[in-house]
Amino acid sequence: MVTGLTVSERHMALFVLGALALAGLAMAVGGRGDPLAVHGYIVLAFSLGLGFVVLSALFAPEPPESRLSEYYDDPTRVGIILSLAWAVAGMFVGVWVAALLAWPELTFVDSAWASFGRLRPVHTSGVIFGFGGNALIATSFHVLQRTSRARLPDQFSPWFVLIGYNLFCLIAASGYLIGVTQSKEYAEPEWYADIWLVIVWVAYFVLYIRTLQRRKEPHIYVANWYYMAFILVVAVLHIVNNLAVPVTFGHAKSYSLFSGVQDAMTQWWYGHNAVAFFLTSGFLGMMYYYLPKRAGRPIFSYRLSIISFWGITFMYMWAGAHHLHYTALPQWVQTLGMTFSLVLLVPSWASAGNALATLNGAWHKVRDDATLRFMMVAAVFYGLSTFEGSFMAIRAVNSLSHYTDWTVGHVHAGALGWVAMITFGSLYALVPWMWKTERMYSPRLIELHFWLALAGTVVYVFAMWNSGIIQGLMWRTYNDSGTLAYSFIDSLVAMHPYYIARAFGGLLFLTGAVVCCVNVAMTIRMARHARKAEAGGDVPLYGQAGAAQAGE
Amino acid sequence: MGIDHESVVAVSKSWGLFYLIAMAAGVLVYTLWPGNRKRFTRAKTSILDKNDRPGE
Repeated sequence: MVTGLTVSERHMALFVLGALALAGLAMAVGGRGDPLAVHGYIVLAFSLGLGFVVLSALFAPEPPESRLSEYYDDPTRVGIILSLAWAVAGMFVGVWVAALLAWPELTFVDSAWASFGRLRPVHTSGVIFGFGGNALIATSFHVLQRTSRARLPDQFSPWFVLIGYNLFCLIAASGYLIGVTQSKEYAEPEWYADIWLVIVWVAYFVLYIRTLQRRKEPHIYVANWYYMAFILVVAVLHIVNNLAVPVTFGHAKSYSLFSGVQDAMTQWWYGHNAVAFFLTSGFLGMMYYYLPKRAGRPIFSYRLSIISFWGITFMYMWAGAHHLHYTALPQWVQTLGMTFSLVLLVPSWASAGNALATLNGAWHKVRDDATLRFMMVAAVFYGLSTFEGSFMAIRAVNSLSHYTDWTVGHVHAGALGWVAMITFGSLYALVPWMWKTERMYSPRLIELHFWLALAGTVVYVFAMWNSGIIQGLMWRTYNDSGTLAYSFIDSLVAMHPYYIARAFGGLLFLTGAVVCCVNVAMTIRMARHARKAEAGGDVPLYGQAGAAQAGE
Repeated sequence: MGIDHESVVAVSKSWGLFYLIAMAAGVLVYTLWPGNRKRFTRAKTSILDKNDRPGE
């Protein structure tokens, strides 16, 4: 893969890795005795390790000019593998923390890193940023090039984005285990990791714009709008919510620029828009490309997709306040958040409906093809969870649902049913294209994965609905003398069976992800074998295809 | 004039409304403009093209 880089790009990579290694060294020295030093050593080892990989191919010949007549897919291939690795790791920790809730005595080592509070963000960041983020980066490079009919402008920056982003994920996850956190949900990483992510993210945005400038298509396809909204808005959210002052430059700890209710509002403006632009917008981009592609039919209404794009982009911005009903936040801001959350249902259902209407005339394919079925079920869950979200944002409903497991169920209806399903569907479509095979290694394993994922999601979500509503009702039941009828521990006892069911549902989903990894690994192996067999043949197939293309 | 809570509320309750209406009108005009139909149709069908190489 390094041999695919031009010699000057290899020099550039070495230069950047050298600078990064120096930064890691500075962190290790400056942060002596602080968790910052641990991260310094991780950064140092990471950049030195990659440096050796680049060095090993430094003197290889320049890649052939013919590469410019093909798309640049190496980062996408690596991104797919990284995404699946994070999926298994993140979901494994998810099942672990679910088991800890069902059986607290399972805390098998008496050390801080194995406690629920430190493991839980490893799960959330692992699946959202590790699995979801890598899938978004990998697919966005693929979709961007195809819809623009333009190759990425250079070969260094996609690697910088992908590898830099994974360094951020690594620093984040390892930090939680050693107790480094800003204690802002979904924005836990500390100031130095945040600064690094800003650099990576700006490079991502610049790469996107540069490729779009090279496009051969007159119109920018709508999937790119969604991906760009994801990149741009996540940058804005990330920068504003993480404005903080470190204790010193040798300390991991920092203090937020905001305090009190402003801090809460900034955090949930960030938190809800992370759901909107990380977990929705980017994945809608995925859906608007891979679903029509797999179904072999153009999107039902292109105009509707544009209207829902702007609807989602502008409504979501104002919805975050619904996380702070019945708090010190001014009442009118709560009402604003609630109202926009309700209106948001319109563009959300427009997208879900547009996806399902696209499948009209292709339902036989949905029946036969588990890959397309993943995408169809994703659209259904997108419709369901956006309806549920608008409903839960209503202040009166929120008084029952907030702080209960209903919220957890809602999040997972979206994360498992929508985000993970559309991702797996897209990856199953993408992997054979990327490794140039006719199909995945085993369609039956895709079928198995589909049913494991669907069963896992349904078990999980139903368990949390039951548990959450029971919890909410028990917390607000009064007896004749006007005091609470149940103690908190009573509600815990009532939730226990649902916690076991939830851990089981999660385990099913994790098993499905493992099945996916096996299938992808076997597909890659199959592709390698096929290429070897071809190489032994008389006529090189790719040479032939290239010649035919060039003559056109 | 300092930016106090009251003035921010007043601006968001009045101009916020107009800005959203203007935004929505702009989007609808762009989307439904008859001249744009051709490029939209091309965009949605051209992704189904099987050719997997960059354009010349």
